[in-house]
Formats: sequence, structure tokens, C-alpha cells
Amino acid sequence: MHEIYSIRPFLAVIASLAVTPILLSARSPNVREGWTFAAGALKLGIVVSMLPAVLGGSVFSFRLAEILPGIHLAFRVDAMGLLFALVASTLWIVTSAYSIGYMRGLNEHSQSRYYCFFAVALSATIGAAFAANLVTLYMFYEILSFATYPLVTHHQDEEAKISGRKYLFFIVGGSVALVLPAMIICYIKAETLDFAPQGFLSGHVGPGLTTVLLLLFVFGMAKAALMPMHAWLPAAMVAPTPVSALLHAVAVVKVGAFSVARILTGVFGVDLLAEYGLGTLLAVLASITMLTASFIALSQDGLKRRLAFSTIAQLSYILLGVALLTPKGITGGLVHIAMHAFGKITLFFCAGAIFVATGIKNISEMKGLGRRMPITMGAFFVASLSVIGLPPGGGFISKWFLVLGALEAHELVFLVVLLISSFLNAAYFLPIAYNAFFAKPENADMDAGFQEAPAWCVAPLVATTLASLWLFFNPWPFLDLARLAVAQVTGG
Amino acid sequence: MSNYPAFLIIAPLFAACLTATAGWIRRSLSFPLAVSGLTVSFLSSLGIAARVLASGKFQYSMGGWAPPLGIVLELDYLNTPFLVVVSGAALVSLIATRQFVEKEQEAKAPAFYALMVLAVTGMLGMVATGDAFNLYVLLEISSITGYALVASGDRLAPLASLRYLLLGTIGASFYLLGVGLLYMLTGTLNMADLSRLLPPLYGSNAVLAAFLLILCGIWLKAALFPLHAWLPGAYSHSSHASACLLAPLMTKVMIYVMLRVMLSVFTPAYIFDHLSLEGFVVTLASVAVAAGSVMALAQRNLRRMAVYIVIAEVGYMVGGAWLGNQTGITGAVLHALNDVLMTLCLFLAIAAVAGRTETLDFKDLNGLFGKMPFTMGALVLGAMSIIGVPPACGFFSKWFLLQGAIEAGRFDFMAALLFSSLINVVLFFRVFEYALYSDGHMHKQEEHGQTGIQEAPLSLVISLWVAVAGILAVGFCSGPIVRMFIQPALL
Repeated sequence: MHEIYSIRPFLAVIASLAVTPILLSARSPNVREGWTFAAGALKLGIVVSMLPAVLGGSVFSFRLAEILPGIHLAFRVDAMGLLFALVASTLWIVTSAYSIGYMRGLNEHSQSRYYCFFAVALSATIGAAFAANLVTLYMFYEILSFATYPLVTHHQDEEAKISGRKYLFFIVGGSVALVLPAMIICYIKAETLDFAPQGFLSGHVGPGLTTVLLLLFVFGMAKAALMPMHAWLPAAMVAPTPVSALLHAVAVVKVGAFSVARILTGVFGVDLLAEYGLGTLLAVLASITMLTASFIALSQDGLKRRLAFSTIAQLSYILLGVALLTPKGITGGLVHIAMHAFGKITLFFCAGAIFVATGIKNISEMKGLGRRMPITMGAFFVASLSVIGLPPGGGFISKWFLVLGALEAHELVFLVVLLISSFLNAAYFLPIAYNAFFAKPENADMDAGFQEAPAWCVAPLVATTLASLWLFFNPWPFLDLARLAVAQVTGG
Repeated sequence: MSNYPAFLIIAPLFAACLTATAGWIRRSLSFPLAVSGLTVSFLSSLGIAARVLASGKFQYSMGGWAPPLGIVLELDYLNTPFLVVVSGAALVSLIATRQFVEKEQEAKAPAFYALMVLAVTGMLGMVATGDAFNLYVLLEISSITGYALVASGDRLAPLASLRYLLLGTIGASFYLLGVGLLYMLTGTLNMADLSRLLPPLYGSNAVLAAFLLILCGIWLKAALFPLHAWLPGAYSHSSHASACLLAPLMTKVMIYVMLRVMLSVFTPAYIFDHLSLEGFVVTLASVAVAAGSVMALAQRNLRRMAVYIVIAEVGYMVGGAWLGNQTGITGAVLHALNDVLMTLCLFLAIAAVAGRTETLDFKDLNGLFGKMPFTMGALVLGAMSIIGVPPACGFFSKWFLLQGAIEAGRFDFMAALLFSSLINVVLFFRVFEYALYSDGHMHKQEEHGQTGIQEAPLSLVISLWVAVAGILAVGFCSGPIVRMFIQPALL
């Protein structure tokens, strides 16, 4: 593996952090949003500039400072990290465009604060994607937790306050009380924290301690929303919809799932987990979460809450894929990071567009909405297909690999779980689109003709819908990156 | 320059005298004099650090009198970082609190500055000295000036000061008794001499008594729970100028003294092999951490909350020092350094807020983020450090403390540390909630809240951000600090 020492990973991380003073002091909203786009373009540009070399098998690395003796604040861009960074930085630009439509459409307050913390959150996300060791990952994970708090509590009312508390309790409580001790135990045992292709714990820990550490990590990384650490996610839906869209379908929750994937492969190592049979343990936990969350989603009437429970279930797909510990399974899990991101962000965008245009939040009031908002509801339908895992949605690709992974691992139980869960997904998504187009609205005066959200809202969701479709036909570069990542973490 | 150590102590001592006398001629002269005294101290401490890094530890004999009879300053890896942090924090605090002193003390301002500088002189002396009795003298200098500083403040400040005086004097007397016993046993007061002469006497009960007396005296002055009774009143009723100077420095300097006594007068071999106190002390420290946190949780006032956080932090450091392994002591030393910066940041932010709100009760903090964005931003970063979020420095010392606790198998101490971190999250986010949520009129306000900004004086805000910069800089440099100073100090 060719290693390139370059400052580019660090620049990609701070690109959005650096503009926060400008965002806070900008004189007009247009200047401010201009800078947001500039930072987004710069970030994406830097990330993309590393793509060819990484696809060629190279790795970028950069060391910033020695924060503990022998441990650096260090970045390392491999295929897995780049995959996630690419998803996050692409969707940040799209979400920024959507934010303009949503926040101005609703005439929201404190928009400077909102854009500023969004930029900080993105820095932390890319930092987590590029982290070269456990402490760096933990650092960006924590920064992300605190940077998101003002976004979750944006509305500054009683409900937001309570949700904010719940959010901190699970996310920060999990990382301080569970992940921090686990990390220190790893350091005491192995005397290193640098992610390694087959993990660094092998040979230093017995099966008992490994099990404890694994549980501390997977539950402590509460952003991955493994039950029972999921309760913050539905509560966090009080945030403005762009926040829910980018942070609670892409950045925050995926940082959780990505961190767990990174820890499973880079700290424990696939072989160690297989040796102690811990993949199955995690796969069972993920399956329980997947099915329970899907059943709960069926009963939710608030669209965003239903999406939240769907997200909880979908995050467990990623965990399940990695926990299968087979090349196809891990590929499926990693590709699902990208596929689910494009699908779910579209669904959240739709939820926000519906709210901006009509003020409707509940699914029961959405009958006949397809006539008023054909573009939005059409996009909703296509994105639903992707999240369910039906062609021609990108989600089909990742689900295909997950199924192959379950077969490869000879774990037919998980195959059945995947199929049941997909069926449940269909059961809670398709009626929304069906009712929107084919059911009669309950009161006729609701049928007010064409009434789409502002163009700034609609264009982004159309773009992500098209991306979802495109990814079905051509999953490059995500599939290539995932395959490469699997080779990097299993090859040793 | 080989005379840095002399300037370190003499400059502020003279500056204190000049500050007081210059006040009789012209009041406006005294502040620059006080600042220049502490500036010379700070620069000297940097010079000392450079020399220690370049050529290792060295001794400085005051007036050329050789030890063990003369007054000797020992400059080594352990105290150099303390000198830098203490003199730097004192300088920042002095500059930051000028407005408070001028407004509250009026004609007495020169005397107040002199007291502040004198207190710092005592602390720097305590950190630098290599003589157990000189340490007592310097302790009394900083204590007595401290009582005077604490006495100015709100209605209850004189009472708090009296309480501080009574308990502080008891603490200092305990220390003096212990040193007296050691002198009777060995005939010397020089630390290096003591550590050479004591080992043959380690079996004696007199040595044990001396050790325990010194330890109790130090703990009383460091406000280790349950010997903390003087601290909440002293730091919450006194003037903000006094609190900003004393709260970050006094308890931390006493922790340094404890480490110095444990490492340079007695030896870890005596403390951890001869005595088996560490089980008890670490339990006590765990209780201190938990109790400090819970008491902080019970407060409804920002400043009262901060003083109990100080008490909990003392437990962190005492526990780390007594875990009995290198990692734990490393954590204690690093945390003492970090805590100077974190407490400075916290108390400066509180002082800034106090200038713009009626009281520091939580209910009066409404809408503070809009009113004082720079102060609150600094408070957020300081809080992150106290909670223990990387890359703020507080995380890294907590890391060592936790690692030391796990290595020593002291899971009670580990649990106390984690509990306290979580309580800190609650403490600060409760404050942030009050500051973020106002009685509804913030909502839907116009976009740029520039109109409502009422920041603290510029010098205070800048000082506050200097403290924040210190927190981040020390955090990013934790590795080199540990490798270049703390690890060699513990060899």
C-alpha cells in the first residue's frame, strides 16, 4: 500500500471550520450562503482530488500534533474513510441549497448560528472519516455531538429543550461513560491506538475482555442508534428538517455507524472477531434493532418520526453487514452508508418540502397530496424504493450485497431477517406514496391545485432522487471504494 | 541569563512594594508597576523553562549562600511548567480584573494590586523553593494576602475571610508542626537534605506523624473534601478580582506542594511501600470528586457552582497522585496545570457575566448568548475542557487519571471521574440552556442580533480568550509537555 504524506486530509477537515467566523459576521444572508457554498465546494474538491489516488490503492496520511505521548492527532485517508467523506461532503452542498429554501421559506430565526454550526458539524464529520486512530476519531465524534446540540435545539422551545437533554444524555453519556474507558483499556492492553488492517487488539486480549470492549464500543457509540441507545434519534426530529436530513440521516448517524465499522475492522480486526464468534453477537443485536425499529415505524403517524425509526433500522443494516465478517457482507454494509444516505436524505427533503408548502407533518393528512405536489411525492416514491431496496433504487445494490454476505456466511437467519425487514420497509413507505396519488383527500378544499415548495427546496430533492437512480445503474465510485476497503481491512 | 530565578521572585516582590508606595504619589502609576512586576516573572519563568529544557535541572542559591543553610531555589522538570502557568495565569488575571479593582476599591486600588502581586510572589516562591521552612514562610505570605483579598467583596466576604483565616491558619500550623518534627529528627530543613537523611528513619513513628501532619495541613489549604469548608465562601463572596486570582492558583499550588513533599522530601517508596495509606486516600479522593460534583449540581448560582467544581477537581488531582503509579501522578501533574487554565477561564467568564447581569443566579442568565456572545463562546470552550472533550486540555489529563486508575485497579476512582464528567455536562448545559432560552422574545428576532450585544470590557474579553487559547494550546501540546517535563520529573 502506497502511503502519501499530504496536508490535504487536514485541509478537507478545516475547510468548513475556517469559514465559521465569516458566516457569523456576514452582513447579508446572500454573502453568508455564498461562503457556505464556497466552503462546501472547496471541501468536496479536496475530497475528490484524493479519489483517483485512493482508488489506485494509495493512502493519504497527515500528522498534526502529538496529543499524548506516542499518539498523534493524525489523519489517514483510506478507501473506507473516503467513501464516507465523499457522501458527506457531496450531500452538504445539496443540503445547503435546501436549507436556503427551507429556512427562508419558513422565515426561521438565528440563521447565522444555524449555518455556522452546520459547518462545524461537517468539519467534525470529515474528521471522523479521516481519523487515523481511536483518539482522533473520538475527538471528532465528541465535537460533532456538541456542534449538533444547537442545531437540534434550534427552535428554543420547551420541546426542543427536552429533546436536547435526551440527545446529550444518550450521545455524550454513551461516549464518556462507555467509549472512553474502553479506549483506555485498549491503550493499556495494546499500547497503541492506530487503526490497523487486521486491528491492533489481536494477541493482547482474551475472549471475555474482547466481548466487553465490543459491547462498550457498539453501545457507547450511541450515534449508531443500536437499541436501546436509539431513543435520542426520534427526539432529535424536533430540529429543522435540513438538520434532520443531513445530520440525522447522513452525518451524525453515519458517523456512528462508520465509527463502529472502523472500530470493528481497525481495532478488533475481522479475524479476531470471527475467532471469538463476536460477529454473530453483533449481528443478533443489529437484527433485533432492525426488526423492532421497523415495527415501531409502522405505527408512527408523524412523517419525520417514521423516517427516524426507519433510519434506526437502516443503520443496523450497516452494522449487520460488517458483523457478518465476510467480504460481501462488509461491502454491502459500507455501500449502504452511501445508498441509504442518498435515499433517506431525499425522504427528509420531501418531508420538509411538504411542511414548507402545506404545513402538514402527519402521514394521515397526506392523502391526495400527490396532485398538489407531484414532484415531491414522485421523488418520495423513488427514494422509498431505494430505501426499501427495490430496483431501480441505489439501495438495491447494497441490499443485494448484504444478502450475498448472509449467504456467504451461511447465516440464513440473517437472510430471513433482511427479507422481513425489507417487507416491513415496503409496508410503512409504499402506502404513503400510494395514498398521496390515489386516495381522495379527506376534505375537498385541501385539493388546491399545484402547490410545490420553493425551487430551492425542490431542486435539491430532485437532484438526490436522480442520484439515487443513477447509483443503481452505476454505483461507481462507492462500490469500488467499498470493495477496496474490504480488501484493505481483510487482506492484512 | 543565570539570574532568572532571582528575578522570578524579586521582581514581583519589589513591584508589590512600589505599587503600594506609588499609589501615594499617583494612583495611575500603580497598575503598570504591578503588571510589569508580573510580566518580568512570567518572562523569567520562560527563561527558566528554556534552560531546564536545554541543560536539565539546576539550583539557584539566593545571595550566593550555599545550601543547606542558604535559601535555595530548585528549578527542575516538575516545577518549571508550574512556574510558567502560575505566573502567566496571574498576569492574565491581573490585567483582566483591572476594572473591578478600580471600581470597587477606588482609593485603595494600589494596595489591592500590591496584595495581588504579593500573593503571586508567595505562590511562585512556594513552587520554586527547595527548602521546607521557606515554603512555610511563603505559604503564609500568600495566605495572609489571600485572606485580605478575600475580605473585600459582598456583605458576607469578611465572614468568609475570617473562616478562611481560621482554617487556613490551622492548616499552615499543621504543616509547620510537621516540618518542625522533621527538623528535630534530621537537623535540616533543606528538601534535598531531608530526602537523603530520612530513609534510615522511615520506621519511626515520628516521621509518620510528621508526614501526616504535613499532609493534613496541605489538604486543608488545598480544600480536599471534607476539609473544604473555607473554599465556597471565600471564592463566592469575595470580589471577582480576588476570586479570579486565587481560585485558579491557590489550590493548584497546594497540590504542587503535596506532590513536591511526596516526591522530593519523602519518596514514593516510603509512601507506597512503608505506609499503606493509598487505599484510603484514593477512596477519599473518589468521595471528594463525587461530593464536589453533587454539591455543584445542587447550586442555583453560576459562581457557587464554579467553586464546587474547583472542589471536585482537587479530588481528581489528589486521587491521581495517590494511585501509586507513574500514569496517575502524570495525570495529577498535568491536571493541576490544566486546571489552572480551566479555572481561570471559568472565573474570568463569570466575572465578565457578573458585570452585565443583576445576579449570577441561573434565572438571571436568560438570553446571555445573544447579549455576550464572545464571553459565552469562551465559557463554552472552557466548559468543554472541564467536561473533558478533546482537543481541550482537560481531556488529556483526565485520560492519564483514568488510565492510572484502571492500571491500579481502582475502579471506584475511575467511576468517580466518569460520574463527575457526566455531571459536568449537566452542570454546564443547564447554564447554556438558561443562556440560550429566554422568555420567548429571542424567537423570531431579526437575524443579526448585533443590536443587543452588551459585552464585557475589552481587556476582560481578550484575557478570557487568552485563557481559552492556553487551554487549546496546552491540549494540542499535551504529548510534548508530558514527554519533556512530566516524565523526566518522575524518573
